[in-house]
Amino acid sequence: MKLTLKVWRQNGPNDKGNLETHQVEASEHMSFLEMMDVLNENLISEKKTPVAFEHDCREGICGTCNMVINGRPHGPQKGTTVCQLHMRAFKDGDTIVVEPWRASAFPVIKDLVVDRSPFDRIIQAGGYISVNTGQAQDANAIPIEKDLASQAFDAATCIGCGACVAACPNGSAMLFTSAKVAHLNMLPQGEVESSKRVLNMVNQMDEEGFGMCSNVGACEAECPKEISITNIALMNREYLTASLASNTTT
Amino acid sequence: MSWFSKFLGSSIGRKLLMSLTGLFLISFLPVHLAGNLQLLAGDGGEAFNTYAEFMTTNPLIKFISYGLYFFILLHTFLGVRIWLRNRSAKGSKYAVSSTGTSSFSSRNMAWLGIIIFAFLVLHLYQFWLKMKMGVLEKVNVAGLDEPVNNLYAPVEAAFTDPIYVIIYVIAMIVIGFHLWHGFQSSFQTLGLNHKKYTPVIKGLGAIYSIVVPLGFIVIPIVFYLRHAM
Amino acid sequence: MKLDAKIPAGSLEEKWTKYRSTMNLVAPNNKRRIDIIVVGTGLAGASAAATLGELGYNVKAFTFHDSPRRAHSIAAQGGINAAKNYQNDGDSVYRLFYDTIKGGDYRSREANVHRLAEASRNIIDQCVAQGVPFAREYGGLLANRSFGGVQVSRTFYARGQTGQQLLLGAYQSLSRQITLGKVEMYNRHEMLDLVLMDGKARGIIARNLLTGKLERFAAHCVVIATGGYGNVFYLSTNAMGSNVTAAWKSVRRGALMANPCYTQIHPTCIPVSGDYQSKLTLMSESLRNDGRVWVPKTVENAEAIRSGKKTGLDIAEGDRDYYLERRYPAFGNLVPRDVASRAAKTACDEGKGVSPTGLAVFLDFSAAIQRYGKSKAHSTGMHNPSDAEITKLGRAVIKEKYGNLFQMYEKITGEDPYVYPMKIYPAVHYTMGGVWVDYNLETNIPGLFALGEANFSDHGANRLGASALMQGLADGYFVIPYTIGQFLSKEIRTPQIETSAPEFEKAEQETRDLLERLVSVKGTQSVESFHRRLGKIMWEYCGMSRNAEGLKKARKMVRELREEFYNDVFIPGTANEFNPELEKAGRVADFLELGEVMIMDALDRNESCGGHFREEYQTPEGEALRRDEEYAYVAAWEWDETEPKVHKEELVFENVELKTRSYK
Ligand SMILES: Cc1cc2nc3c(=O)[nH]c(=O)nc-3n(C[C@H](O)[C@H](O)[C@H](O)COP(=O)(O)OP(=O)(O)OC[C@H]3O[C@@H](n4cnc5c(N)ncnc54)[C@H](O)[C@@H]3O)c2cc1C
Ligand code: HEM
Ligand code: SF4
Ligand code: FES
Repeated sequence: MKLTLKVWRQNGPNDKGNLETHQVEASEHMSFLEMMDVLNENLISEKKTPVAFEHDCREGICGTCNMVINGRPHGPQKGTTVCQLHMRAFKDGDTIVVEPWRASAFPVIKDLVVDRSPFDRIIQAGGYISVNTGQAQDANAIPIEKDLASQAFDAATCIGCGACVAACPNGSAMLFTSAKVAHLNMLPQGEVESSKRVLNMVNQMDEEGFGMCSNVGACEAECPKEISITNIALMNREYLTASLASNTTT
Repeated sequence: MSWFSKFLGSSIGRKLLMSLTGLFLISFLPVHLAGNLQLLAGDGGEAFNTYAEFMTTNPLIKFISYGLYFFILLHTFLGVRIWLRNRSAKGSKYAVSSTGTSSFSSRNMAWLGIIIFAFLVLHLYQFWLKMKMGVLEKVNVAGLDEPVNNLYAPVEAAFTDPIYVIIYVIAMIVIGFHLWHGFQSSFQTLGLNHKKYTPVIKGLGAIYSIVVPLGFIVIPIVFYLRHAM
Repeated sequence: MKLDAKIPAGSLEEKWTKYRSTMNLVAPNNKRRIDIIVVGTGLAGASAAATLGELGYNVKAFTFHDSPRRAHSIAAQGGINAAKNYQNDGDSVYRLFYDTIKGGDYRSREANVHRLAEASRNIIDQCVAQGVPFAREYGGLLANRSFGGVQVSRTFYARGQTGQQLLLGAYQSLSRQITLGKVEMYNRHEMLDLVLMDGKARGIIARNLLTGKLERFAAHCVVIATGGYGNVFYLSTNAMGSNVTAAWKSVRRGALMANPCYTQIHPTCIPVSGDYQSKLTLMSESLRNDGRVWVPKTVENAEAIRSGKKTGLDIAEGDRDYYLERRYPAFGNLVPRDVASRAAKTACDEGKGVSPTGLAVFLDFSAAIQRYGKSKAHSTGMHNPSDAEITKLGRAVIKEKYGNLFQMYEKITGEDPYVYPMKIYPAVHYTMGGVWVDYNLETNIPGLFALGEANFSDHGANRLGASALMQGLADGYFVIPYTIGQFLSKEIRTPQIETSAPEFEKAEQETRDLLERLVSVKGTQSVESFHRRLGKIMWEYCGMSRNAEGLKKARKMVRELREEFYNDVFIPGTANEFNPELEKAGRVADFLELGEVMIMDALDRNESCGGHFREEYQTPEGEALRRDEEYAYVAAWEWDETEPKVHKEELVFENVELKTRSYK
């Protein structure tokens, strides 16, 4: 299949950037990234600079890949990362516009590569359970209801890709942050620090310059792991109780 | 109080205020509508004027109405600030934008709100300010000794003016859109999301955001048609 | 060179406990003055960095990824073993030890493996305390499943995303230490050289990938946990970025590469579909719990499937050859990976492959769907359920167990695995070989430690499923925090190491020269194309089966390719900027050297064992033929541009009897 690609090229955070048009010959069995590989091989053979894009596992779990395809983070397929998206989803002759995640907190490093380190700092602010190695009791000492464990799991499947931020018209990181808050606060092991956790993580999220949640829901629709916005409600609840009802002030 | 100001300044704290003020306005609208429906009593404004008198003199209602003005201003002020902050948090726009994954209302709350606010200014100027400035004529109503403000008169005048009716109808539709998203959103903001109840809230929100604005719309239309016929 | 594994004396069961209680310690006030560099923040590195930070050391941690959470460990699907015996099915530390030694075809160290089995139990406790959401039963207790090569259910899992959840647990612990100031995290920093001072590892040269700048980092010791080198084959189940560079640079500075030819070919991966393919996707081994492997009995039927005239559904039960169940009745579909992979290759070599390339076999869930469907119908009180109802219920159970794997399969192949049997084929997956380490996980360079897949320590010639996660976490949480003290207790008087030392100067210059050399070739071929060609050579001659003639040829080819690489590679841009092509080039350059050593190792080992199958050494039935008399040793290779040298560590078996592995 023959495709016209319009790819975002930007040399650095301060460069203005623009869309560059290329023709690519692809097969429908290729993954989207393999199609991008073909583009890059072409560029290299013309001694041009290949398009910088990030990827690693290419199976939808590491959260590295990130592209907005025709206005949709990770492309048109539900619950699918770009690396899992296959060219079957497109037609011969299609024009495809590829852009980086856009959000002020995720500045572009080069072309399609953005800086997602704010996510690390949000986790560092409290996205953990404070247990040193060796302090744990027997794993079966606290039974956890299967449904609850499964809900916590659903939240824990977030891959930290940032598509939620990219999809949100407000550039809000509530889905990502709430997924971690929900995962840990729901479990008995995480409950102990739940107030401190939610206060610190939300505080960090705000400091990083993410927008606020208008409950638009685009995050949930684009999240490749289909993380639900019920987690956001849970975080709001936890934050309100932690702020107003708990003794914790940090 | 530092924890408190920190809380109110946080993204979730601000949204909490948005939600609470929004819910307050939501609870006020049906009351307002109930009063307005008196306009249709067909009694030359007697019922309506009695109601208006009650609303402007009862001390408790007065107190609540000041709260209302304050909340409208607060909701508007916060709404605009949140919107501005969110715009800067988004930064640049996509060359291709996709709209399929979210509702029109949710993406345009601020624009809808600004239109509502503009309408409110006009609306208050037209009715409320006139009443306060004492430029209204006085009429007698049954059951009250003193003559009361005849608010019915300017309402009748406005509702027979096609331009005003159109503005009014549009404004109500805009409120409907605002609440189409706003109603259920305010519950989500409060953290009230539940497998069993959220569908109910969403349903109520949809009904509310259609029925209430429709109720408001009916009045000027009836007036206008009566007048025209 | 004499290789001393430093295995403590005493009985197998007591070695570790006794050693641990008598080894040298570093006092808390001294820990504060000691710096440790940890390169790699996968399961092994993140758990080590977090634990060392908790103990009070100053840790500097490095990853080339943009965040520690991206390490390749995230992709592990199936599960993690632990001798908890929660299922009361006869499991024990000894049984896990024994299974691992046997599974590794008697080519691993008893003492290490026993320690691993002991630590396995603590890992599960630790992870649950961190909030890892392992699968649970209705009673709220932890669930288990079985993996290949064992007859007990000891695998803990978190749907098909066990590695993700374990890594996030370790990453979160690491994040906590970052916040507490005990770990300084360097993301997007790639280690490009090891710095030795007086023969001890004292620092690294890392390239800041965003700016291209070379930076020096010093410490009292260096720990590398940089993962495996399966990508030497180009196509593998590893993440695209997985590489050997950190380990290889250490080898170039004098560390030894042990058993490099032991490569694990995983039997259940999605087959190659075309030349553009950039990587292969694993379908977790856990699928073999419920999936049955088969090919058509006749070549005619196989041909009909290949040409699209028939599908798997059209082949009658009696015309199917469930070859694993037939050949290995005791373990059936759950034979170890090396055995299952070779059997698939044999079936396809006989012309019974079922994909257009001829390189695929079926993995069929229809029997399991029926079985689960019936039992579900029964338990929900349905009487006389229809076939359609049973199928529906059964599919729901399968979905609950393997949903994300099935979804992944469908996304890649475009075929619905709930209806059509999956097509699978073996692919390179894991490297048992790695940097040689002693019982302390210390390499032959004092002060240089290697953990996780980067070392060679515990899996012998073949790794059992769900034990890499176990090993990575055991190394990081429960071994290195103790054993590093053996080295550091002698270093408490060593002042902070200065990066201005001439050794750093020199290493930085050499690294710069290499990068400059690479970018200045400005040839005509892309890095990727060299990598692909290297992969083809390795797969062809040093893959699932090997022979002396092919290996000799391959060595020559790899050397030629290396030469061509340095003369004709094209790398756009410069070394002083963000340049992903240059990153790749550096990694491929190291693979081009490693590949040669792998081939030499395979050639040196005149036997078949585990993942290493030499065609010359097989039983009449085609099973691997080990030669314990001559080859019960670890081959540790010293790099040399012209002629790499092998050093041998004899393996002593005091507790298990060396037997021919039998899964029949
Ligand atoms: C698809 C797949 C599924 C698997 N499933 C299972 C399973 O179910 N059960 C099981 O037990 N095992 C499984 N394995 C194996 C297991 O996942 C790995 O062996 C294990 O996770 C390796 O962990 P690690 O910490 O050693 O290395 P990795 O997780 O590979 O981490 C390497 C780290 O080193 C860093 N690094 C590398 N080089 C450099 C450098 N030069 N400079 C700086 N940083 C560097 C990387 O950034 C990364 O942080 C699976 C493997 C694959 C490929
Ligand atoms: C009849 C009057 C109004 C009612 C009943 C109302 C109601 C609401 C409700 C219920 C919400 C949802 C709050 C939440 O998501 O938690 C909301 C949101 C909002 N309102 Fe209003 N509103 C009114 C007028 C206005 C006005 C005058 C503005 C002026 C700008 C405005 C701007 C906004 C904005 C921007 C939001 C979105 C905030 C966000 O989620 O980010 N509204 N409104
Ligand atoms: S919530 Fe979803 S979209 Fe957001 S980072 Fe996590 S996986 Fe990505
Ligand atoms: S590359 Fe790992 S999720 Fe896409």
